[in-house]
Amino acid sequence: MADNKVELVCIACPVGCLMEVEQNGDEFIVTGNACKRGPEYAKAELTHPTRTLCTTVAIKNGFLNRVPVFTEDEIPKGLIFEAMDEINKIVVEAPVKVRQIVIENLLGTGINVVTTRSMSKKNS
Amino acid sequence: MQNYDLIVVGGGPAGLAAAIEAKKNDVDSILIIERDREVGGILQQCIHNGFGLHIFKEQLTGPEYAERFIEEAKSMNIDYVVDTMVLDVTPEKVVHVINPKTGYQTFQAKAVIMAMGCRERTRGAINIPGYRPSGVYSAGTAQRYTNMEGFMPGKKVFILGSGDIGLIMARRMVLEGAEVLGVAELMPFSGGLKRNIVQCLDDYNIPLLLSHTIIKIEGKDRLEKVIVAQVDENFRPIPGTEKEYEVDTLLLSVGLIPENELSKKAGIKLNPVTSGPFVNESMETSVEGIFACGNVVHVHDLVDFVTQESRRAGLNAAKYIKNEKATEGKIVEANTGFGITYVVPSKILVDNVEDELVMFMRVNNVYSNMRLEVKSGDTVIKSIKRRHLAPGEMEQVKLKPSDLAKAEGELVFSIVGEDA
Repeated sequence: MADNKVELVCIACPVGCLMEVEQNGDEFIVTGNACKRGPEYAKAELTHPTRTLCTTVAIKNGFLNRVPVFTEDEIPKGLIFEAMDEINKIVVEAPVKVRQIVIENLLGTGINVVTTRSMSKKNS
Repeated sequence: MQNYDLIVVGGGPAGLAAAIEAKKNDVDSILIIERDREVGGILQQCIHNGFGLHIFKEQLTGPEYAERFIEEAKSMNIDYVVDTMVLDVTPEKVVHVINPKTGYQTFQAKAVIMAMGCRERTRGAINIPGYRPSGVYSAGTAQRYTNMEGFMPGKKVFILGSGDIGLIMARRMVLEGAEVLGVAELMPFSGGLKRNIVQCLDDYNIPLLLSHTIIKIEGKDRLEKVIVAQVDENFRPIPGTEKEYEVDTLLLSVGLIPENELSKKAGIKLNPVTSGPFVNESMETSVEGIFACGNVVHVHDLVDFVTQESRRAGLNAAKYIKNEKATEGKIVEANTGFGITYVVPSKILVDNVEDELVMFMRVNNVYSNMRLEVKSGDTVIKSIKRRHLAPGEMEQVKLKPSDLAKAEGELVFSIVGEDA
């Protein structure tokens, strides 16, 4: 049947394969993908879409005013704005190391928010 | 005057990778010169992930990708200076610099690598009529304000241009609480990666208006309104299609230009299509001993390919310094045929290609189910199937010495129908 077929652009990597996904009960038949991550992405996207959230937090006495952070793994797409509210409450103090935990177990997802660069103190 | 074997102009991903590769190939005295307050280049403001899939086999953020190279350079004791502007590079490889603490200085190098990157096209470059209020930013400037300085550029945003920076910034503004009313793209297709359209626009219900442009900017002190219209096939606004958007902020993501003022002054020949230096198989420019790599040569969409190209420049600068490069022999020119805008490198001294030469190119339009063909005279040297080709996605063709052995005079890169 044609109505259980959808077109999806794979976002697993910058290639961006245009895939056709046919859902047959619990089974997903994927065509157009160039690698094995395509079907994984398609299934996740159609059942429980997730995204990595990349943003910044404020840093006190840092070389810059903001330090970049991200969720160590993908979080449910529906939680992104709630996650932003949590992350925006955080102020860290310089110096920080790369992959330093900023929030443990974000919103009960079991996923940590970590820095994605190290940052020294201002003028040091 | 201080002497160095190698001076690298620019401490972004290109400069760092080139310097590291030169050091690995036994060049000891290297200086990287960076004009910003830290090395790492524009990656430091690109806080989204997706960098490094080819080089590290994982998805890093920009700052993290940069940090790996910065740490490697530091561990190899490669010298670098920041807050230092290169004023001039002469064909004799004298590098003139200025720094707020040490003042004006000159350095003599045996080889120079140009790795200055690119800059954004501005409102002036695309001539949008109307007032000149505040609130009009290039997307990269807004990115730096938001991600490094901690300032929000505005609350209600419109974006012109669907290049990757524009798409990434659309999402970024929404995440930080702004409203993004739309992204207008002059062309009938986006210049950005497809994944960015999905995860930056579609995820947040931001409309992408293809074949649209801004025809007027309103607001005297602060931006108040942009007027958007659809364009015809000659990019002329179609009367009656105008739409008003009340916004306080306009971000421009309308292209990048390799930054080659220094190259011009050094007498390096530039390719008018890429605005970057013509380079050969070794990433050497038209001036002997001056190499170039990264976005200063041609604008890349993935930093991984910048790294790859820059390693080639670093390796060959090292060989040049050690007198290990062939200077004579069979030369093949790389030219463009149907559908190809440019090819880098443009000249190949075959004896300098050891195992493989990666040719980078862009197509001029969107094509499906075609072949990328490399021909020399009537001989087809390579013919590669491509399901999808788009100007926003750089293509590469790998040539082996055996492929080059078949070439005589020139290689022509073109797009042909699948059956041809």
